Amino acid sequence: MSRLTASMCVLALTATALNAPAIAQEDPAKKTQTAKTFWGVSAEKLEYRYSDSDEELAVIEGDAFYGTDELKFRWLFEGEWEEAHNAWETLENQFVAQIPVDDFWDAKGGIRVDTPEGPDRVYGVLGLTGLAPYWFEIDTNLYVSDEGDTSVDFEAEYELLITNYWIMSATFESLVAFSEDREIGVGKGLNSTEVGLRLGYDLLGRSFAPYVGVVHERKYGDTADLAEDSGGSTEDWFAVIGARVMF
Amino acid sequence: MKRQLLAAVFGGLFTVVVNAAEYNISVDRVQIDTGDFVKEGIGYNGASPGPVLRFKEGEEVTINVTNNLDEMTSIHWHGLILPFEQDGVPGISFPGIKPGETFTYQFPIVQAGTYWFHSHSGFQEPNGAYGAIVIEPEGREPFRYDREYVVQLTDKHPHSGDRIMRNLKMSADYYNRQQQTASDFFAESSKKGFMAALQDRMMWGDMRMMKADIEDVQGFTGLINGKGPEQNWTGLFEPGERIRLRFINSSAMTYFDIRIPGLEMTVVQADGNNVQPVNVDEFRIGVAETYDVIVRIKDEKAYTIFAESMGRSGFARGTLAPEEGMTAEVPELREAPLLTMSDMGGHMDHGDMSDDDMADMNGDDMAGMDHSAMGHDSMDQGDGASMPADPFYAKGSGLIPTASNGGKFLSYADLKAQNPLYEDREPTREIELRLTGNMERYEWSINGTKYEDADPIVLQYGERVRFKFVNETMMTHPMHLHGMWSILDVGEGKWNPLKHVISVAPATTVYMETEVDAPGEWAFHCHLSYHAASGMFRKIVVEGGPDTTMAEGTQNGQQGGES
Repeated sequence: MSRLTASMCVLALTATALNAPAIAQEDPAKKTQTAKTFWGVSAEKLEYRYSDSDEELAVIEGDAFYGTDELKFRWLFEGEWEEAHNAWETLENQFVAQIPVDDFWDAKGGIRVDTPEGPDRVYGVLGLTGLAPYWFEIDTNLYVSDEGDTSVDFEAEYELLITNYWIMSATFESLVAFSEDREIGVGKGLNSTEVGLRLGYDLLGRSFAPYVGVVHERKYGDTADLAEDSGGSTEDWFAVIGARVMF
Repeated sequence: MKRQLLAAVFGGLFTVVVNAAEYNISVDRVQIDTGDFVKEGIGYNGASPGPVLRFKEGEEVTINVTNNLDEMTSIHWHGLILPFEQDGVPGISFPGIKPGETFTYQFPIVQAGTYWFHSHSGFQEPNGAYGAIVIEPEGREPFRYDREYVVQLTDKHPHSGDRIMRNLKMSADYYNRQQQTASDFFAESSKKGFMAALQDRMMWGDMRMMKADIEDVQGFTGLINGKGPEQNWTGLFEPGERIRLRFINSSAMTYFDIRIPGLEMTVVQADGNNVQPVNVDEFRIGVAETYDVIVRIKDEKAYTIFAESMGRSGFARGTLAPEEGMTAEVPELREAPLLTMSDMGGHMDHGDMSDDDMADMNGDDMAGMDHSAMGHDSMDQGDGASMPADPFYAKGSGLIPTASNGGKFLSYADLKAQNPLYEDREPTREIELRLTGNMERYEWSINGTKYEDADPIVLQYGERVRFKFVNETMMTHPMHLHGMWSILDVGEGKWNPLKHVISVAPATTVYMETEVDAPGEWAFHCHLSYHAASGMFRKIVVEGGPDTTMAEGTQNGQQGGES
């Protein structure tokens, strides 16, 4: 049922985008004189994390898109490889369609497929991404899983230019669930927060920017209890080293 | 046999009468060496820039253009008045030139002066496909010179045009390395107080706009006639000579402030048309503009031609010298300017650029040449404050140029036609064109609509249209109308100069008039390559013409403006 709702959302989004002004008349120069489709591949995070409890993680957050000003198709990848278990602790693939809804904001809709170690989940996704006043980059999504559980994540990033090449990025991520999904360790209420501070240097244009930083992860409430029950930690400090890449 | 002979005789006569000239141009893949980097690009006759085409006013030229690329190409004769099928814009004038094909352009030369040519296909022009045109006049020129050089500038970038466009779409500030930093903030707060500095940052941050948003594409090497600063293009002279320098800005994105330290320049032509001579120490050349200046050199020493980009992120350099190898001092780049609240025009109260807000702003009449309510940010005015204001910049704008030696900097207001081409008459109607955009998304438009969603602007043959450009963005846009002259309104009536590019500074309103005397379909666009390709472009359709009845033309001319 929820899967159906999600895919209908995507359809609706796509339809809105394709119905954009069809008033303009035939003019072949619109093709020859306009750059229409664009693509990009980037990894905001490509890093190795070492925790205060000797946990080692490899983390990837990748993004690839293709599309026009009016409609983009996006593949978002998020993975956390745990060294100790030789397994993906997190493995998410999101396929979304994205359309502008305001000068600074885009709406997204699509599906998210989680296939980490342990039970899999499929979610319908409805999200909002863009630039808030004072240069905060915001990304927030509503997820409805195939088990009928609903959750919301929220991410904010601020880049502080120490110089035009040394860039400090501060990130905040949180997850709130509206219902419990014990199987995958999700409790009701605020699940977790992650705060990161990374200092990077734009080494090759904006294509390759190595960084070092610290990340603080914390689990709350029932989620923390679930993590403890399964022998996991509820609070971690990580030292991170990695690079931001963009093609 | 007889007939052939007759044809030959007539043919011969015809050539004598019309004075035809034939040129061959091949479009080739070339290597471009800037001294800083070597880049694969596109050129003409095996080189970038291509050859200098020397035409004579009154002749009929035939130009065979052979496409040796594996993609479509085209050549647009920038600033030339010609039949629209010869204008070289694929999709408007003609279909374009296929790989391996030769297209023959043929048109009469009806003007004189300095112009240029470039590809109008994709990003071939930023990739190197440009060259100069010099047209010798039929009559005598109202100035003398002993020697002349074409000085063709460009902003050669290590990235291809496609890549630049894509990067700008991914992140509009991709190439901007002049953004305000934390250390700038501390410097600012020690100067004017922490709270004031913070307030300033908050104000700009609230609107999600950047003071440093002057040059979208930085990281280029400025070239003069294809040579980078280190390669130092040199023009030789004999002391005592008058030298005519034909400056052409063939950049994709960059305005240049040009000076020759130690020499005064006399501006005699703008966009190919003679102007009443103005002596200046420095001038700003917009993208796609041309300025001809005459310098008189008495001393036997070298002089640097120094062209700083408007945002001071790069420069081009050449030398005038009595002997090859002589050089003069190369000045340092001056400090980068910053936009002020004045450059923001109507955005101050709105904070975003949606169509609704645009409509409001129009009512406010905040943009325009009389900015009585503006100039809140007098702290940032810099040198501009003490100089007489240039009416072609918003009052208190951070972009108002000043000459490095404190002398005369050319303004549009100084340009007066030497010999008016048209009678001065009342325009038949006014068309308002708001220059609009969304910097964050890197979308550029006219009246809030991108080219792909827009209907053409329809003009009637025989009318004189007054265009009102209202720049509602924070960028400077060099607007280029193909096929017909742009008569820039500097308030001098019949002495208003003829141009082919009208630069419109942020938060200003500039008027131009056009005698609609060229039937057919024409392109009209911002000449910043990545703005044009992002939607700041229109097709102009001129209805009627000498072939149809004039009565119809005049009647239709009474109709209203752009729908």
